[in-house]
Amino acid sequence: MSMFEAILLTVITASTPLVIAAIGELVTERSGVLNLGVEGMMIMGAVAAFAGAQMSGSPYIGIVSGIAGGAIFSLLFAFLTLTLVANQVATGLALTLLGLGASGMIGESYVSIPGIRLGNIPIPLLSDIPVIGPVLFRQDLIFYLSIALVIGVNWFLFRSRAGLKLRAIGDSHGSAHALGIKVIRTRYLAVMFGGACAGLAGAQLSLVYTPQWVENMSAGRGWITLALVVFASWRPWRVFAGGYLFGAVTILQLHAQALGLGIPSQFLSMLPYAATIVVLVIISHNRRTTLMNTPASLGKAFVPER
Amino acid sequence: MHIELEKRAAMSPAFSILSPLLALALTLVFGAIMFAMLGKDPVAAMSAIFVEPLLETWSLHELAIKAAPLILMGVGLAVCYRSNNWNIGAEGQFTIGAITGSYLPIVFYDWHSPLVLPLMLLLGALGGALFAAIPAMLKAHFNTNEILTSLMLVYIAQLFLDWLIRGAWRDPKGFNFPVSRDFAPEAVLPAIWEESGRAHWAFIFAIVAAGLTWFMMRYTLKGFEITVLGQSERAGRFAGFSSKKMIWFGFLFSGALAGLAGICEVSGSINHLQPAISPGYGFTAIIVAFLGRLNPLGIVASGLVLGLTYLGGEAAQLSIGVSDKVTRVFQGLLLFFVLSCDTLIYYKIRITWTRMRGGVA
Amino acid sequence: MTLSEDAVAMPLLSVRGLTKLFGSFAACSHIDLDIAGGEIHALLGENGAGKSTLVKMLFGVLQPSAGQIVWQGKTVTIGSPGEARKLGVGMVFQHFSLFEALTVGENIALSLDPKISLAQISDEAASLSKAYGLPLDPKAHVADLSVGERQRIEIVRALLQNPKLIILDEPTSVLTPQEADRLFETLFKLRDEGRSVLYISHRLEEVRRICDRATVLRHGKVTGACDPRQETPASLARMMVGSDIAEVHRESVQPGEVRLDVADLSVPASTPFGVSLKNITMKVRAGEILAIAGVAGNGQGELFDILSGEHTVPENDAVQIRGRAVGEIGINGRRLMGASFVPEERHGHGAVTGMPLSDNLLLARNQSDRRAFLGGGLFSIIRHASVRSATQRVCAEMDVRKSGEDPAAGALSGGNLQKFIVGRELDRQPALLVVNQPTWGVDAGAASRIRQALIDLARAGSAVVVISQDLDEIFEVATNIAVISEGQLSDPYPAGTLTMERIGLLMGGVHERHSGSEVAHAHRA
Repeated sequence: MSMFEAILLTVITASTPLVIAAIGELVTERSGVLNLGVEGMMIMGAVAAFAGAQMSGSPYIGIVSGIAGGAIFSLLFAFLTLTLVANQVATGLALTLLGLGASGMIGESYVSIPGIRLGNIPIPLLSDIPVIGPVLFRQDLIFYLSIALVIGVNWFLFRSRAGLKLRAIGDSHGSAHALGIKVIRTRYLAVMFGGACAGLAGAQLSLVYTPQWVENMSAGRGWITLALVVFASWRPWRVFAGGYLFGAVTILQLHAQALGLGIPSQFLSMLPYAATIVVLVIISHNRRTTLMNTPASLGKAFVPER
Repeated sequence: MHIELEKRAAMSPAFSILSPLLALALTLVFGAIMFAMLGKDPVAAMSAIFVEPLLETWSLHELAIKAAPLILMGVGLAVCYRSNNWNIGAEGQFTIGAITGSYLPIVFYDWHSPLVLPLMLLLGALGGALFAAIPAMLKAHFNTNEILTSLMLVYIAQLFLDWLIRGAWRDPKGFNFPVSRDFAPEAVLPAIWEESGRAHWAFIFAIVAAGLTWFMMRYTLKGFEITVLGQSERAGRFAGFSSKKMIWFGFLFSGALAGLAGICEVSGSINHLQPAISPGYGFTAIIVAFLGRLNPLGIVASGLVLGLTYLGGEAAQLSIGVSDKVTRVFQGLLLFFVLSCDTLIYYKIRITWTRMRGGVA
Repeated sequence: MTLSEDAVAMPLLSVRGLTKLFGSFAACSHIDLDIAGGEIHALLGENGAGKSTLVKMLFGVLQPSAGQIVWQGKTVTIGSPGEARKLGVGMVFQHFSLFEALTVGENIALSLDPKISLAQISDEAASLSKAYGLPLDPKAHVADLSVGERQRIEIVRALLQNPKLIILDEPTSVLTPQEADRLFETLFKLRDEGRSVLYISHRLEEVRRICDRATVLRHGKVTGACDPRQETPASLARMMVGSDIAEVHRESVQPGEVRLDVADLSVPASTPFGVSLKNITMKVRAGEILAIAGVAGNGQGELFDILSGEHTVPENDAVQIRGRAVGEIGINGRRLMGASFVPEERHGHGAVTGMPLSDNLLLARNQSDRRAFLGGGLFSIIRHASVRSATQRVCAEMDVRKSGEDPAAGALSGGNLQKFIVGRELDRQPALLVVNQPTWGVDAGAASRIRQALIDLARAGSAVVVISQDLDEIFEVATNIAVISEGQLSDPYPAGTLTMERIGLLMGGVHERHSGSEVAHAHRA
């Protein structure tokens, strides 16, 4: 395998969790709910996936367990913000803090146990194409799922009636309620979809990216995900592109550290975070376009009159 | 089951006081259940965490040490949140405050003067404020989401500290360990009551900051401005207040207090710089602010409670053999319960057990 | 159709003893109502009389606390808007339930059977809108449409479901007189097809003109049922309000010095959904009340912000208060020159809902009354006692009904809060008062009190600018009238020289009409 292919492969591995979690958050935010707890849901997914794989011996059970972990954990957020109309910003922070704590406690017995790596599934014929084949078609299930998610969510949002309803709720929950669209129910589902995606992204971390359990292994990826959704102006394909851009930055700084360019490694490690800030500034400085793209009821509480 | 909310005409004053207490009680109950599930005696565990640390003088001192940064940062964050600005990067401002404050005792190690300590505190607060100015500037001028930028800066601050300690500021006689040299005695924040225990002046600063902030919020036009802009930017503009200036004020205020907390922690408790200087105080301070209902006096109480969870977590690890990770879980649970109980202040909650609604045949 | 025939035929919709409680407050109490097939039935009542609550129950948005709804002879439970639509009830909301970010077609699709494709819906909507004279482009984004066009979407959306009963909630409050006439044509067409219309309004003339029957609500109860064509506006008003409303009394005074002068000011829109102001020119003298008429969303809010200084402009000379250039000066600077402002939105602009009245007094007067309300030099410590006594003075002066000493602004009814907000400014005896929609959503008693206060203020020698959508109000208080349309302000006309029709034409867009535009341009040149 060439150096180039190897780099491409690592970029894909680094980008996949970002894309998956961001797609989930995109759906949540399109419904008008701002869930800042992605980091917490992701780390819960990671520990749940690791535990599931250890107990069953199968990484696929691990994936299911990671998805379930993220989705169930997100229900806490949904209950607080949708049923009890608690502040979404504060509750999202709470979810992250609790997730980091709880995952640390659950995962304590898994520290420094060798993990189970999710195997690759080569796709017949396609995987034999030079360069593209080994890079794109000899991948693991979660990568294929990430692509399917982007295509599926794009179709759902812009082609299906249910997606139209979801966008309508995000634009004006009051109007949607007046038309008889189930605002709260849809939002519960959207939050749980976001949680499931964050959980799957976490599973990728503990089953593929670094197949082991390390405390705080999400390392701020959940927060970068939130920035990605803003960067993508709430559009699935832009999330995909943005995810790969960030993945590439992460990998390139790692390679730069390995090469020892005389730049201290800490400064290179800052790159993904600094890049996030720069990208956010570029995207948001135009108030007009930001206003046009942001779901109008994002982060606002909804209490139906009865 | 069906839960319905009905908005109260005005905030319920009873629940404003009861809700944090209720949240605390629920956390204790949940904690007890959690320990029971882990196979520990819940009563013994809860007592080890929440009662025993309060029974000995030395551990009361430790409590004051842990509570001081939480209260300092919690008070700053409360003001910031009241104005509807979401600084969640206090951990980063704490780190930078620790660095800028340590500049004098590390770089000018041989300068001995009674001025060193006050200057350190000043530089610490200044450093924290300047670091908080970054998200403030980005929000005020580029409309950039302050939650994400202030958080990203936490990682950057920690990496910067790591670089300093492993590089320029490493103790030349430290056997290559990543620590700075120990501060000279006049650069160490003195204990409040030397004979009794370790607790140092940071706790006094915290109480004073809380008291002054309480006065500002309650009696001055500035406090009024903060409250108005936090509740309605539009009404604030009608009152002639500037939400842009408030972004700066909120961030500089909370950043300065976080920076002060940082240098106090390093100077008073650790006595040198090292890569890890905070067990997540900056994030816990967010919980402190909310549990104190964003009221500076309430924050003194909630800072002590959360300080206790740190202390109790360490104690429980030794006495009953549970992980000190329970501290974080307790803190997270506490914030969840605080947020849910706050609903009671603004809404009446009705739970109906069937979907039938009265009257309509 | 006569009343006796109605009694024999089975009504389309019959409501018996319908009650809705919010906590202990009865928004609707034992309402009886019959709507026959093929009639336009008016539901009359003041703001807060319970009209909206009643129709929300009929459309399944709210659930009644007691009583029954009988539809074509059968008792029904309407659990959701979807169920209402299935029965054959269509609804056009007062505050449109539209989605700005979506297209017209998507907006319509949301209330229809999900099996029908978007293309098919667009086709049907296009043909339907042509048949009823309601032109619409299915691909346009709602954010780009005028209020009238938005209402058309609502109507077409209701019609696509082939309803037997269409409910319209205050449909003309956002229309010009000409647009309203076009709407009435559509309603007559619907009636002729045998559909029923429930027409909610507080405008008496309109109801007398188009409705076959009327049910009047007051304080959540039915206070009368009648044939509106047999009634006079005065008799209808009595049923609606309960007692005779104090008539507004006015006499004109000689105008004095120029207090407010805006010269050829253009301001681009600051948000994507905002309106740009174009070449605004106006002069208001002491003793004058200049009323600015216009349909909602034509730049009234933007104009208010420019006048109040909440939005400053770089052209310092373009806005002058009492002869001093103030374009770059903020709201408190203008207040210090004796100006006062009352914005349109009470909650979250003119007042902070969650804060007590005394704090809301300080909100508007923290600099203009600095000496009285603040102490402690640089620390600016609030003198709560003197703020509170000023609050009591304002409440007594304007007869603000409140529970407790210093309740939260949100605990007051709309009318009482508005009286407080206006009183807060009058208490300063301002040399210039700019008020946007002074009586929007306010009960008739409070409205007449507020209008009288504005007239009294002008008579005492202040200059007053009233921005309003309510033409009755404008004719009641104004000495001069100008019209705002798409961010352009017409020349002012003395109140006596303008007719409703003329204002209607101006509201439809000065720049499109020859007479209006020539005058305006001549003036600017």
